[in-house]
Amino acid sequence: MTRPFPFSAIVGQDEMKLAMILTAVDPTIGGVLVFGDRGTGKSTAVRALSGLLPNIRAVTRCPVNSASAKDIPDWADVPDEGMRMIPTPVVDLPLGVTEDRVVGALDIEKALTLGQKAFEPGLLARANRGYLYIDEVNLLEDHIVDLLLDVAQSGENVVEREGLSIRHNARFVLVGSGNPEEGELRPQLLDRFGLSVEVTSPKDVDTRIEVIRRRDAYESQTKAFMAEWQTHDIKLRKRIVAAKQAIKHCETPNETLRACAELCIALGSDGLRGELTLLRAARSLAAFEGTLTVTIDHVKRVAPSALRHRLRRDPLDEAGTTVRVTRAVEEVLG
Amino acid sequence: MISPVWDRAKLAMRLLAIDPTGLGGAWVRARSGPVRDYLTRAIHSFPGKMTKIHNGISDEQLFGGVDLSSTLATGKVVLQQGLLQVPQVLILPMAERCPAELAARISGALDKQHGHSLIALDEGFADNEGLPSALTDRLALHLDLEDLPLGETDAFVVYDPKIEAAIDRLANVSVPAQTMTDLTITALRLGVISMRAPLLALRAAKAHAAMNDRSEVNTDDLLAAAELVLAPRATQFPTNDDDDPLQPPEPPETQPDDMENIDTKSSATGDTMQAPIDLILEATAAMLPQDLLDRVATQAALRTATASNGAGSKTKGNRRGRPIPSRQGRLDGISRIDLIATLRAASPWQPLRQKMAAQKRDGIMIRPTDIRTKRFTESSDRLLIFVVDASGSAAMTRLSEAKGAVELLLAEAYARRDHVALVAFRGEGANILLPPTRSLVQTKRRLAALPGGGGTPLAAGLKAAMEMSIAARGKGMSPTVALLTDGKANIALDGTANRQAANDDATNMALKMRKIGTPSLVIDMGPRAQRPLEALAQTMAAPYIPLPRADAKRLSAAVSTALEG
Repeated sequence: MTRPFPFSAIVGQDEMKLAMILTAVDPTIGGVLVFGDRGTGKSTAVRALSGLLPNIRAVTRCPVNSASAKDIPDWADVPDEGMRMIPTPVVDLPLGVTEDRVVGALDIEKALTLGQKAFEPGLLARANRGYLYIDEVNLLEDHIVDLLLDVAQSGENVVEREGLSIRHNARFVLVGSGNPEEGELRPQLLDRFGLSVEVTSPKDVDTRIEVIRRRDAYESQTKAFMAEWQTHDIKLRKRIVAAKQAIKHCETPNETLRACAELCIALGSDGLRGELTLLRAARSLAAFEGTLTVTIDHVKRVAPSALRHRLRRDPLDEAGTTVRVTRAVEEVLG
Repeated sequence: MISPVWDRAKLAMRLLAIDPTGLGGAWVRARSGPVRDYLTRAIHSFPGKMTKIHNGISDEQLFGGVDLSSTLATGKVVLQQGLLQVPQVLILPMAERCPAELAARISGALDKQHGHSLIALDEGFADNEGLPSALTDRLALHLDLEDLPLGETDAFVVYDPKIEAAIDRLANVSVPAQTMTDLTITALRLGVISMRAPLLALRAAKAHAAMNDRSEVNTDDLLAAAELVLAPRATQFPTNDDDDPLQPPEPPETQPDDMENIDTKSSATGDTMQAPIDLILEATAAMLPQDLLDRVATQAALRTATASNGAGSKTKGNRRGRPIPSRQGRLDGISRIDLIATLRAASPWQPLRQKMAAQKRDGIMIRPTDIRTKRFTESSDRLLIFVVDASGSAAMTRLSEAKGAVELLLAEAYARRDHVALVAFRGEGANILLPPTRSLVQTKRRLAALPGGGGTPLAAGLKAAMEMSIAARGKGMSPTVALLTDGKANIALDGTANRQAANDDATNMALKMRKIGTPSLVIDMGPRAQRPLEALAQTMAAPYIPLPRADAKRLSAAVSTALEG
């Protein structure tokens, strides 16, 4: 297994990287949507996550990576081998995947050969407590996307079919990526992603050269390159772990709450999900930066990611939603 | 006389043999024929494993899984290895029909760099077929052998000791810093935006250097890489820094606008080392087809067109919809087993099988031939959105005929179980008289009650139709817009009576309609055919049907033909 490209070595794309870090600090933010051109490092960043994220403690050989023995689902036949550290799961969900493979299904092979009624866990089970990555989320069939978002919200996967009635925990951060030119996501689905970022190809030659230089070093002098960047990744990992602790003590002053609400009203975003995500993302940012008070500045910085996909689309507005969010931030928060 | 195109193809294959994983593979556009046979025969001399795959390949074959035949025969779970688990060269014929799902799976395998490469043999006609862009972006070598005469080609062998030596040398080829700069700038000047392209070009340059027994990449290698990797991806003629006479008048719409803002003069490059870049650009520019800009435009249009039939309009055979009798099949990970039917198929054979079995086993013995899979039919619902002009001018002339035509179409729609919706525009704006429905009675009633009179807010009508079709598509329907008007727009979108603004708005909306890619048609119900309306239809990329003296029957026949076609 080749080791993935280190997260810290990705040149630029700061907004995307920050969004992923924020969800690592606070998974309740609920998912990241990355939209942009081909070849901008979307998949690289997600695959790099597995190298960056801290290991988790899980029950050995538990199909859903349970954190303690009492979380093991009753259908799973887990040998009592104690706990072990495993890397945070980052599960790839390929396009065209069937519902059975996502949610799990009757284990047909076992049923036919052994006559046993057994449950074969799907990708959702494997992704529990980790990340689920869907490349080309906009091309995924609607009913699968619905199902994923539903599970991501409830944190539980329920399978009722073929004489099975199974449930298990499925708490994961959904990361979707895609190229908007090839199809858009329905607004209902957009809204369920916590953060959304737009990536574009780097604009200046120096950055582009740096991208090529690092990639070449990664491929030709893998060892030296990994050694160099792993120290950065480890530093970043430590910060994430510290932030996960610090976030519990983060305070949110009233004026910050008010700022969140005012911004959402000014933008006319539907529902309260916008405010909540905005607040969580801002708090996560504060924790990541080691401050214990969530300020309006934090809100300002995460506002585009947290809100740009929640605006009503205006077919005549050429400017795009990012511009509208930035404008509103300037008007409301000064 | 060997064509230079063929020489490049041969070179490309040699480079691919040297670094199959790094280059990802090749996209070969060529019709099946002797020229392609030369190439495929040469490919077969590649070292290592090679497998031909097809567009309908199952997940089991790709990712491995339970080998059902052996499992059932032995009564123990037997696993088989998938193609994507064993490093090898995959050959995909008929690549123009490669579904997005397969492309995504192969892309994933290529990204992992586990020793896979893909040779996609694309037999696509013209420009409206081709490999999914997820793959074209990842395959370094793009070869177009479409118009290559057989006389200008020859048989060749890729793999020889020279290549073998090159493979050993590859790891030791170094790249001077300046080379990376040169490559990046070359790619930018050719309008190649994806960051993968210069990376792949760099790999190609390294392979080329290894082939020529060089330990450092030089200008020749760069030139070869630019010709093979960058030139086929070019979206513009090379631009010059200071004065750009070659700058295309306007970049195609889908190209990110920031192309222009990219600062090609950077501190790192300076002006001293420009020579190799100019050399490379000159050579690649000579290769670019004269109709480059047109091609880019068609490709962009193609992309929007595929977007228009995204999720929703797809029909799937074995997961949802109305069930139809199950059929003998294989468990390919996509279809679902029909347990009852499978057991029913297996039961008559039980006594025989029990006798045949080497050892007695409890339970039912099932063979792969017994397996029955569920089948469903599902056709995505069609939605016909009528946008009817009920303004004064239309009312005077032909509103009643238009109503008659709509009623006839409704009857047909009802027979086909299509949904219909009705948008009328008059006065200052558009009204949705009827949201998407299947109720014929309701539609007729609303239609009959449709009053006429007032101005012609054409843009507002189009806007309402567009919003409705976007919403419908989100619900999995395939919308079609039929616009019935006499085309004399005189009310602008903001409701003001300004003929000029009204026309501009209408044209603007027509452009948007075309962009979202909903099929549509324009029916001119004016007393005679009108140029402006025909132009509007063209902007919308919609068929224009003038019906100066048509009665309701002919009108509906024309609409039906336009929809079926």
